Amino acid sequence: MWDQILQFLFTGVTVGATYALVALGFAIIYNASDVVNFAQGEFVMMGAMCAVFLYSGSGLPLPVALLLAVALTIVLGMSFQRFAIARARGASVVSTIIITIGASIFLRGVALLLWGKDILAMPHFSGETPIQLGRATLLPQNLWVMGGTGVMVLAVHYFFHHTTLGKAVIACSCNRTAAHLVGINVGLMMLIAYGLSAFLGAMAGVLVTPITFTSYDAGVMLGLKGFSAAILGGMGNPMGAVAGGLLLGLIESMAAGLISSGYKDAIGFVVLLLVLFLRPSGLFGKASAERV
Amino acid sequence: MPSDPMLKVSSVSTHYGPVQALHGISMEVYPGELVAIVGANGAGKTTLLHTLSRVQNASAGQVWFDGMEITRLPPHKIVAAGVCQVPEGRQVFAPLSVDDNLRLGGFTQRKDHHWFEQELERVYDLFPILKEKWQQAAGTLSGGQQQMLAIGRALLGRPRLLLLDEPSMGLAPLLVEEIFRIIQQLNEQGVTILLVEQNARAALGIADRGYVLETGSVVLSAKADELLEDEAVRRAYLGY
Repeated sequence: MWDQILQFLFTGVTVGATYALVALGFAIIYNASDVVNFAQGEFVMMGAMCAVFLYSGSGLPLPVALLLAVALTIVLGMSFQRFAIARARGASVVSTIIITIGASIFLRGVALLLWGKDILAMPHFSGETPIQLGRATLLPQNLWVMGGTGVMVLAVHYFFHHTTLGKAVIACSCNRTAAHLVGINVGLMMLIAYGLSAFLGAMAGVLVTPITFTSYDAGVMLGLKGFSAAILGGMGNPMGAVAGGLLLGLIESMAAGLISSGYKDAIGFVVLLLVLFLRPSGLFGKASAERV
Repeated sequence: MPSDPMLKVSSVSTHYGPVQALHGISMEVYPGELVAIVGANGAGKTTLLHTLSRVQNASAGQVWFDGMEITRLPPHKIVAAGVCQVPEGRQVFAPLSVDDNLRLGGFTQRKDHHWFEQELERVYDLFPILKEKWQQAAGTLSGGQQQMLAIGRALLGRPRLLLLDEPSMGLAPLLVEEIFRIIQQLNEQGVTILLVEQNARAALGIADRGYVLETGSVVLSAKADELLEDEAVRRAYLGY
């Protein structure tokens, strides 16, 4: 029994780490512009698909293919901001959110046309020899996912709390007019926020694809799970989003193992609904109050 | 005036959709001056400052700063050129600390570490209460302290022209006096100031010259003490 729980724990943390990266991407764009970017899941898919095709299609060494895929996704995220979001300047938050939904459908369509409907695999970064821990096992790739996520979460935390640039991004969300008036290039900050979110999405994609495989529509479920995680942790609280992701991954994995794997996805959304009913500001979010 | 104007506004109009808020405003501010713009609520004072910093677009006319046209420059470049604004209602970055607010004020000057750290010390000396609360979230400060923070934040942008929008709004009389004393002191140290105020008496009391704004047009401009003596101004804005 306990060995099983340990096994579920490993799976849960791995999946949760992926959700955490997606949720962090949601939180960053939400923080910078109050917009929920529903194309966040497609950033994950694009990162993974680009990596698969750069590796198997052009014979590049794996690390090079991964780096290129992540770089391409960052460029994609920034272009999305520049040519779709920034163009709609003056549009309401809701209109902008609808643009992101449109973009997610568009990106899925592009991936379908470019790469087809197949489910695709990618080699593990450092072999598939399982590591035995008690009577549970862990793949090296699980460690890549956990470690990679840890490093990125710390880096994002450092960026927002200890660099002027990071604080300037936060300033844009607190008060855009005041941000303009102190000389912050608000457009550039938005570009940075989208680039950073695309980077986190792509990293999640390339790290987890060796374990979970990918396909043109893999972003839908990951996007929704990441969104649930961000809500669970408290929208707009980056570290809450990370905690929400890990928690959601653990809940899903335990439910799948102890109840039935058929309910795995349902559990995630039941959690989302419960949070929205009982604690809409999330576990770690501050109750929002408008000062007038 | 012997020198060229530092700020020259010529026939600037501004629209909010179909509604015209400014009707061909023209004015000048010369280096070293303290100029007040007075007028009732809704006269277009804030709109004028927003247009100068270009958080609002001018629909006609030009703005010149130091001989360079800045009408169409993006807001961050206008700040970098030396036009810094203390916005109406303070508008500090509430969740960020006092120190972070000040550091963001110097966003365009962040490459010049030496100057910035020196100026930060000077601002903390000017407003000791901010130094005391440097780690506190700006949103937790009192109105007067937030006003000091907003002024300090603008000073760190290295202004050659400081735009102040209703710095006395919502403050207790004693604090208003304190804020106006500081504004005067900054002007004596060489910062050129354009001050927008509903509190006409206090503003004209420290200003060199004044403009009276009514429904989006300049209706009067003169030396500040002449405006204080003017019969119409006294009746309309000073209440005696």
